[in-house]
Amino acid sequence: MRVSNRKKVICLQGVSYSYPGTNNRIVLDNINLDVHAGEMLVLLGPNGSGKSTLARLMNGLLAPSCGQVLVDGLNTADDTSLWQVRKKVGMVFQNPDNQLVAATVEEELAFGMENLGFPPEEMMKRIREISARMQLDELLNFPPHRLSGGQKQRVAIASVLAIEPQALVLDEPTSMLDPAGRREVISELNRLKQSGKTVVLVTHDMTEAITADRIVVLVQGKAAFMGPPRECFSRVAWLQEIGLEIPPAAELARRIRGKGLVVPQDLYHVADWVEYLCQES
Amino acid sequence: MSLFSNITLGQYYPGASLLHRMDPRAKILALPLVMIMVLLADGTAGFIMSGIPVLLALLLAGIPPGTYWRGLKPLWAILLIGLAIQSLTYPGEKLWQWGMLSVSREGFILGMKLSYRLSLLILSTMLLTMTTTPMNLTAALEKLLQPLKKFGVPAHELAMMMTIALRFVPTLLEEAEAVMKAQQARGGSVSTGNLNQRLRASVALLVPLLAGSIRRADELAMAMEARGYRGDTGRTRLKQFKYRPVDIIVLTVLIALTIVVAADRWA
Ligand SMILES: Nc1ncnc2c1ncn2[C@@H]1O[C@H](COP(=O)(O)OP(=O)(O)OP(=O)(O)O)[C@@H](O)[C@H]1O
Ligand SMILES: [Mg+2]
Repeated sequence: MRVSNRKKVICLQGVSYSYPGTNNRIVLDNINLDVHAGEMLVLLGPNGSGKSTLARLMNGLLAPSCGQVLVDGLNTADDTSLWQVRKKVGMVFQNPDNQLVAATVEEELAFGMENLGFPPEEMMKRIREISARMQLDELLNFPPHRLSGGQKQRVAIASVLAIEPQALVLDEPTSMLDPAGRREVISELNRLKQSGKTVVLVTHDMTEAITADRIVVLVQGKAAFMGPPRECFSRVAWLQEIGLEIPPAAELARRIRGKGLVVPQDLYHVADWVEYLCQES
Repeated sequence: MSLFSNITLGQYYPGASLLHRMDPRAKILALPLVMIMVLLADGTAGFIMSGIPVLLALLLAGIPPGTYWRGLKPLWAILLIGLAIQSLTYPGEKLWQWGMLSVSREGFILGMKLSYRLSLLILSTMLLTMTTTPMNLTAALEKLLQPLKKFGVPAHELAMMMTIALRFVPTLLEEAEAVMKAQQARGGSVSTGNLNQRLRASVALLVPLLAGSIRRADELAMAMEARGYRGDTGRTRLKQFKYRPVDIIVLTVLIALTIVVAADRWA
């Protein structure tokens, strides 16, 4: 996929960050990163490596201590354009229970639009569209506590999409879900990717990571790797050293090789396996 | 079955009755009118007049009477105790005597009046919450308080607080139940043992709940901010209310009745 000559939605230029009151302990160290329109970027890294912090810098929830973050040309450190920034970059968080505000799904979908001052008719129209598209129309009158985890996360995604942001940043949206909920959210993510939305996904799940256009691996606040998934997962020894897994399909290939059988190097995905096995026989 | 699911007092009862469809602002305004009327009512005429709107509303709400009954159940004890205290302590013509205890005619009548008034007050409040979703209730309250913002009443903030509180009650109850079960599994219990033990168990329940809520509040604030929340400024609402003729008629009738009841009392 050609991404280099596309429009840059989010630009991080020499960004460093340390949380206030932590004796300037550097959490992010000189990050240079462009998120291009239409790409799916996955952020990987061990616990505490700064992924969530980086995500929060992308829509001005945090302002960089050093360097600057530009969203569609707007500086996130500028208070006057902060609301424009929040409109352009939507955020979905990890815990489905702690990001739904309203008493019903319908109100939840409206919440972001209400904040940004949309007229009621427009809100109604968009709620109809988005709920039909994401199969939420039957849940519109449900209170959040009657939804499953996967449904809650889909509502969170839908309510962010309702304001039609240019990019969507998701911070481990599946890590608190059961397998069914996880599948639900992942298929939603795939649909997003296919529709050409710009997506930044923070995850620990390598099966999700393998579908990315580009992977950034953070280690102790530094961007230690930036490149396509296949290249990332070919560095098995390094990944293990920093405490990351490799995708299950790749792990299977590695173990089979360990038993002395010969299989190709580039089996990272179930689909790769299917292709390989079918052509062999 | 959830431990807390039997809290039904005044819970919203879905429906499409006239009362359900009334503008929630009109319903909120009607409630104090009914209350004033019930409290002012004196004498047979007054009692009947103040009872009619409540009775009519009960019939029009399309809610099965059993639901009201169940809703009132926790309050029966209060009504009966009130009646008993009034009848037993008020001096007057003896109706009935048993040893030291005696029931006076005046006391009994006073007790009945008290129970009647209390039931009307409770029923009318229940009707409001049973025919209006909490969401509409808070939104309407915000709209009604809007003019008071000039005097520093934080209308929007109050409504937002109520919305969030309502949103998180079920979540917190679930969490409380989980913590309670976890503690029961380890031998602690809020409902057994002596007072000291129970108190300790309650503290052990409340501390994790409180800590959890603070973390929750932190994350929720972050999520709200991420979605462009900045208080009242530049905010529009999905729910738009519109007074219809019924709302005006109901309010006018209630005001007229209140005046009549007041006149009856002081005439
Ligand atoms: N609010 C905060 N105040 C101070 N330090 C913080 C705060 N939030 C995070 N940190 C610290 O910043 C570092 C990076 O945290 P961050 O949450 O960005 O990591 P992460 O990569 O998202 O980890 P995880 O995989 O556990 O989600 C950690 O060392 C953490 O302790
Ligand atoms: Mg994180």
